[in-house]
Amino acid sequence: MTDVWWPGVALHVVSGKGGTGKTTVAAALALALAHQGKRTLLMEVEDRQGIAQLFDTAPLPYEERKIAVAPGGGEVWALALNAQEALLDYLDTFYNLRRAGSVLRRMGAIDFATTIAPGLRDVLLTGKACEVVRRIDKRAPNAYSAIVLDAPPTGRISRFLNVNSEVSGLAKVGPIRNHADLVMSVISSPRTAVHLVTLLEEMPVQETIDGVSDLRSANLPVGGIFVNMTRPPMLTSEQLREARSGTLPALGIERSLAEAGLTFDNQVVTALMHEANDHAVRVDLEAREATRITELGLPTFMLPLISEGIDLGGLYQLANLLRECGVR
Amino acid sequence: MKLNAPNLDVDALIRDRSITIIVCTGAGGVGKTTTAAALALRAAEQGRDVCVLTIDPAKRLAQAMGLSVLDNTPRLVAGVCGPAGTGSLHAMMLDMKRTFDEVVEGNADPERAQAILDNPFYQALSSSFAGTQEYMAMEKLGQLRAAASAESSWDLIVVDTPPSRSALDFLDAPERLGSFLDGRFIRILTAPARGAGRGIGKLAAFSFGLFTNVLNKILGSQVLADVGSFVAAIDTTFGGFRERADATYKLLQDSGTSFIVIAAPERDALREAAFFVERLKTDSMPLAGLVLNRVQGGGEIDLSAEQATASAERLEKMGEDERLTAALLRLHANRQKIHTRQLHLAERFTAAHPGVAATTVPALAEDVHDLAGLREIGDLLAKKPEPPSRSK
Ligand SMILES: Nc1ncnc2c1ncn2[C@@H]1O[C@H](COP(=O)(O)OP(=O)(O)OP(=O)(O)O)[C@@H](O)[C@H]1O
Ligand SMILES: Nc1ncnc2c1ncn2[C@@H]1O[C@H](COP(=O)(O)OP(=O)(O)OP(=O)(O)O)[C@@H](O)[C@H]1O
Ligand SMILES: [Mg+2]
Ligand SMILES: [Mg+2]
Repeated sequence: MTDVWWPGVALHVVSGKGGTGKTTVAAALALALAHQGKRTLLMEVEDRQGIAQLFDTAPLPYEERKIAVAPGGGEVWALALNAQEALLDYLDTFYNLRRAGSVLRRMGAIDFATTIAPGLRDVLLTGKACEVVRRIDKRAPNAYSAIVLDAPPTGRISRFLNVNSEVSGLAKVGPIRNHADLVMSVISSPRTAVHLVTLLEEMPVQETIDGVSDLRSANLPVGGIFVNMTRPPMLTSEQLREARSGTLPALGIERSLAEAGLTFDNQVVTALMHEANDHAVRVDLEAREATRITELGLPTFMLPLISEGIDLGGLYQLANLLRECGVR
Repeated sequence: MKLNAPNLDVDALIRDRSITIIVCTGAGGVGKTTTAAALALRAAEQGRDVCVLTIDPAKRLAQAMGLSVLDNTPRLVAGVCGPAGTGSLHAMMLDMKRTFDEVVEGNADPERAQAILDNPFYQALSSSFAGTQEYMAMEKLGQLRAAASAESSWDLIVVDTPPSRSALDFLDAPERLGSFLDGRFIRILTAPARGAGRGIGKLAAFSFGLFTNVLNKILGSQVLADVGSFVAAIDTTFGGFRERADATYKLLQDSGTSFIVIAAPERDALREAAFFVERLKTDSMPLAGLVLNRVQGGGEIDLSAEQATASAERLEKMGEDERLTAALLRLHANRQKIHTRQLHLAERFTAAHPGVAATTVPALAEDVHDLAGLREIGDLLAKKPEPPSRSK
């Protein structure tokens, strides 16, 4: 595969079931897209400092910061968005209210506003992301080549992105309305792709299938499926069959172990065969779930489970895999 | 996995008749619903009359428990009983909107209730507000508990908690939402005429005025008007959201309640578990212990990842015939690596919380979606750790 995926896309939104690896995949994607001297922005919106934890740096301020270099000289920048700061920003821009804003914040008014109108919160956050996208059109000096958004989970993503209907209960005219229109003009355009991260397990796959249909019915552009933490088969299909039925040649294994110079007792052979059986069941499950994913007919990327866990090295490893699949 | 912690004896817990509520909490996706259902089933099959309150269970699991409709009432799970016909299992799925509606209907006259139910702010509040699910889970627990003592229908309630990123949300969100709804703010902004804003200082008063103004502009005046009429309508009906939340909170401090904290062997989930355990202590809520769920097996045989990899390499060089064993050793090495990392994470938890009892449940190869799967989880939960292995 040498084609480049999503050539015209500027905003990559990464969603998926909780805990499937949204933050990890978003970061790997930002790294992959930053190859050869490009500059990408990785954004988070949930006030969790997930990016800082992943890159092992101090908590990020409400400010764009460089957090990593990509192989080949590219750069990944990061921004931790938060609704309250975004509202203050907004009040300042449109109503010149920054000073009063800080009093209101101390009193809890900012919290209050974003609580009674959750739609307001979302429009402010997506609005900020779109503002960054529009820098590209304006050829601004601080423009990025791509923006990756570590977004809310599948259950909330359509609503989060579909700000137009979110604010429909709010003001009919005025700046927030215009703001929402502007956001929609970016988010529902071919400049945006919404990617879903999943595991090859029943619940996440179901959530992905439902998520894709939600996104489609909201006319939001679906990008690719990132299948995370896969366990590629380590045995041939013949071996898997034997592992499943418990007919692996115990004597042969015993002889080979001796050959390899391992001193062992019978338990070792039994345990290895047992582990092979577990593996076969897991491989079957993954194959079953993978079929359901394939049926979606979307570009699909497989990312293996990194047994050491994810650190910076693991992140670069995932980014490289993505690049090899044409994500660049 | 062998943890350096006292054993959490699940069977002793469910046999203890003085325990009437078991709450399963933990970070998102760690296995709260599965554990709650498995414990409830096990308790029923050991002779207790159990009701399990599940929240957003996977579809197949719900079906396996006979929950095909979301009707917000406990249903008897067919085919579950304990020794000599004792024991039973009821299961239900929480419908938060319905629960909220019922609270309204139960506390206001029909006309006023209808006005509240029709209010757009109430509709948003009851279906999509952060914290509503937690609040309603508490509310439902309170109701089940009341029903249990009134009708002696069940003697143990097992509670699942909502899928939230943070386990603490279950304890904090109802209170947060309650204070928000009862709060001074909502009153000042929606009914400044009542004088609730008096005595807040000039700058603050000015800021409020300005802010109400801006809020009206950006949200539209309808939003604040809706909030205003909602507040007016509830004011005279029920005695405060916060008080309600507080009442259930007290129930959780009762000695008949016991918490089980579930974690996956991952950094984030264990951090959440640690926060929760500390919080229970601060609030004197009774903790049964930690369930470390979906643990990768390993350590059963004395063959390290390094040894296995080295031997696999040796075998791979020897040619075709040795491929199978080499692959098995690589497979083992991978498992072992994951196991070691998980053990290390778990040990950080147990070292910081030495008194906390714990048990582990291995990751099954497949999802848990039927009663047989739940029984298996139950067995694994209750399995006693093996005695220290004989030294060779
Ligand atoms: N390919 C992988 N191999 C091994 N571990 C992984 C992989 N991808 C993610 N993880 C680990 O899985 C856990 C969850 O990942 P992550 O935090 O990215 O998920 P998330 O979807 O952002 O979660 P949340 O819903 O809580 O935001 C983390 O501990 C992460 O290190
Ligand atoms: N020990 C286990 N082995 C294999 N699969 C498991 C195990 N425990 C739970 N699962 C599976 O993991 C998934 C998540 O479990 P569950 O729904 O119980 O988590 P939860 O904590 O309730 O999640 P949420 O926070 O979304 O409510 C389910 O598909 C379940 O079948
Ligand atoms: Mg995340
Ligand atoms: Mg659950």
